[in-house]
Amino acid sequence: MTATAIAPETVVVGTRHGRWTHPGAWWLWSLFLAVTASRTTNPLFLILLICVLALVVHRRERPGGRTFTFFLRIAALIVVIRVLAQMLLGGAWGDTVIATLPSITLPVWAAGLRLGGPVVLEVILAGFYDGLRLAAIILCIGAANALASPRRLLKSLPSALYEFGVSIVIALTFAPQLVQDIERVRTSRRLRGRATRGPRAFAGAALPVLHSALDQSIELAAAMDARGYGRMGQSHPRERRLVVALIGTALIAGALGLFGLMAAQLPAALSWSLALGALVSVAGALGLASRHRNRTVYRPDPWGRSEWIVVISGALTLVIVVATALSDPSGMNPPTDPPTWPSLPLGALLALVCAACAGYLSASRPEEMA
Amino acid sequence: MIEFDDVSFRYDADTPWILRDITLRIPEGEFTLVVGTTGSGKSTLLRAINGLVPHFTGGEFLGDVRVHGRSTRTTPPRELADVVGYVPQDPMSGFVTDTVEEELAYAMESLGIAPTTMRRRVEETLDLLGLDEVRARPLVSLSGGQRQRVAIGAAMASHPSVLILDEPTSAVDPGAAEEVLASLQRIVHDLGVTVVIAEHRLERVVQYADRVLVIEPGGVREGIPQVMMTDAPIAPPVVELGRLVGWNPLPLTIRDARREAEPLRRVLVGRSSQRPQPPVGIRRATVQGVDAAYGRVPALRGVDIEVHGGQVLAVMGRNGAGKSTLLSLLAGMVSPATGRVRLDGVDPARLEGPELVQHVGLVPQNPTDLLECATVADECRLSDRDARVLAGTTRALLALLAPDVRDDTHPRDLSAGQQVSLVLAIILAARPPLVVLDEPTRGLDYPTKSRLAEHLRDLASQGHAVVIATHDVELVAEVADTVLILADGEVVAHGPTSEVVTSSPMFAPQVTKIMSPGIWLTVADVESALAEERHP
Repeated sequence: MTATAIAPETVVVGTRHGRWTHPGAWWLWSLFLAVTASRTTNPLFLILLICVLALVVHRRERPGGRTFTFFLRIAALIVVIRVLAQMLLGGAWGDTVIATLPSITLPVWAAGLRLGGPVVLEVILAGFYDGLRLAAIILCIGAANALASPRRLLKSLPSALYEFGVSIVIALTFAPQLVQDIERVRTSRRLRGRATRGPRAFAGAALPVLHSALDQSIELAAAMDARGYGRMGQSHPRERRLVVALIGTALIAGALGLFGLMAAQLPAALSWSLALGALVSVAGALGLASRHRNRTVYRPDPWGRSEWIVVISGALTLVIVVATALSDPSGMNPPTDPPTWPSLPLGALLALVCAACAGYLSASRPEEMA
Repeated sequence: MIEFDDVSFRYDADTPWILRDITLRIPEGEFTLVVGTTGSGKSTLLRAINGLVPHFTGGEFLGDVRVHGRSTRTTPPRELADVVGYVPQDPMSGFVTDTVEEELAYAMESLGIAPTTMRRRVEETLDLLGLDEVRARPLVSLSGGQRQRVAIGAAMASHPSVLILDEPTSAVDPGAAEEVLASLQRIVHDLGVTVVIAEHRLERVVQYADRVLVIEPGGVREGIPQVMMTDAPIAPPVVELGRLVGWNPLPLTIRDARREAEPLRRVLVGRSSQRPQPPVGIRRATVQGVDAAYGRVPALRGVDIEVHGGQVLAVMGRNGAGKSTLLSLLAGMVSPATGRVRLDGVDPARLEGPELVQHVGLVPQNPTDLLECATVADECRLSDRDARVLAGTTRALLALLAPDVRDDTHPRDLSAGQQVSLVLAIILAARPPLVVLDEPTRGLDYPTKSRLAEHLRDLASQGHAVVIATHDVELVAEVADTVLILADGEVVAHGPTSEVVTSSPMFAPQVTKIMSPGIWLTVADVESALAEERHP
């Protein structure tokens, strides 16, 4: 009897020192939050959401992540550009004129756009809210990147999707790598007695940076190929073409369906059926392609309590925000005309607490290794 | 095992052939060393074995390469991954995953090896290469020697029958190089793997080779090392000494050479390398009580040095001992946490633009970071403008350093040696009194290296102060008059070359080891002493 008392599932390795939560859980959490952000323009909510992202990243970041600040800079840039664009091109609806810029009207062949003119508070506010929403979505991706290395996520991908995953991962890791390279080349330029700041320095650094980035990608591709990446085994060329076609269809249908669901500009029935179609073709492609693939996974990440907590925290956030937006539309999307001071509905606050839970209730990080 | 049949390769119809009519057989279980000058096609030959050439490079490929009976004409590299393991020149560029364990498992995952087998093989590989302590560490945090061992482990964990290595010790210190080669030796003996290796630092590997393959413009020759090394275009000092004295058979190891050298040592008893200390010139740089750190990791602790005009100072030490930090301090790239750095009385970290290059010039470890133009000629013109010197100055300097560089070449298409020369010319255009070089001989063959050494000596004799950080003990023996050894950020030895390098076997050049207890540094020293002995 005593032997059965120690059931296998009670012996969880590594909990005392924490463990890494499955990267897929973090990516799902981030995607739920990204969709949440896309459903609201309430600036208070969006700013607090960004704070929650930063908090969770701070608590559960992977070593070597450190890319979140880079995404923060990009997010700030997006807000600034969005506001400036709105100021120059946004038109002049609304009554609260702050200042008047000199204006030019472009000729008819350039669509007769008017640049400049009166700067209206309502217009700027709309631009600011919109920019903030985009920034929050970008930061959700940034948080996912810092919390779970996309390379690790690859391990959990079905083997048939592996090649598609790799191209996405390379695209995602390219930007942070580029930032490091720019830094290195800029310090090197100092050795030639050249400026290290300003636009000219940036332009001068661009060529060597792009050169080395290109060299590195080719080297990486060669190394991966030499180590058996993308081995096809005995599948027929016709079957391979069918898989590619199915996955292509899935991507297009999936993108359209998601667009419909998120922007709510397509009939709901159409959006749902597109999304469903995407799922079916992906399943078909996976089934076909996996028949001849024999990739194996070394020490796969387990999926347990911590993963469920993270995913549920993200999903619940979305549900609460959607429900709040239904019951209180102006609370989640405050009107900009006339400009009013936005307030934070109770539901939104609850959603934020729910999102932050992922940073506290999930498994803590393993102790730092020497 | 590996068969080349009439293989020729070139990138383009209007570029010269890189490989020409190569026919050879490499039998199973042999350790083959590929020898040739820079740009002779060593890497191309290696990459042809697993099909990266031509599948990845494109170009015109004639003939046939077969590994295990599979032709690379019809089999792409990924389908050969189960028989050929490939270790690229720069291990970091070939890493696919984030941590040591995952990297070791990657090839096995692609090959679909069962998870339980995979787990066991990863453990075995960790033990075989001594990587157990760093198994969970991110790859970016590893030292150069550890990275190289991970790269080798990643290639061999899936038990390929052929292992190809492209300059596996070029970026690591002498100690780490011995570790890497010892691990390799173990693999060859324990598992009977066929190894094909290209390496510039022959002094490190030639004694392990069963067979040497010499690539020359006319084609390849192969044979046992003792025979092939008698007239190979590049040779380590032990072989050069053997050739000079006429030993037969040619010794390849220090042990064999020491036995042969008994009479030579007797003839030269009482003499030693004549390396007069240069007259103390103007003090160019002072480093006083400097501590520096990267984040929380201390990089330098309490370092005091002075560099004078006319002096060549070599900074040596393990990977991560603080060499590059010291160089960055001298070039004003970083500021010390405590202590001070002065160049001719000014703080280099405060200098900007042209003022900085009037005081110090640094050739960084990765020289291409400095190059930004599309042709060599443009690069030289830009350099003249930056340094505010007469037009044509840089080009003239380059012609001295590397006579065969053409104006319209893209700087990235130059060989490693030519790139170092170009960057050196750019740096020297402003005539900085202090010239600093970080690992300048990485990827250079012996002839290019000795040309560089000659130029550095010239610079010193013109009154420049020269500081080199390097792992290359033979270069140090040739050019340095003072050596500084760093360990863990502290100075552990500092003095004249002949004293410092002869007092520790790790940093001793081959000639010193063969000729001890006499103090000799280079083959040239022995040669001139012998000449004097014969014609006093």
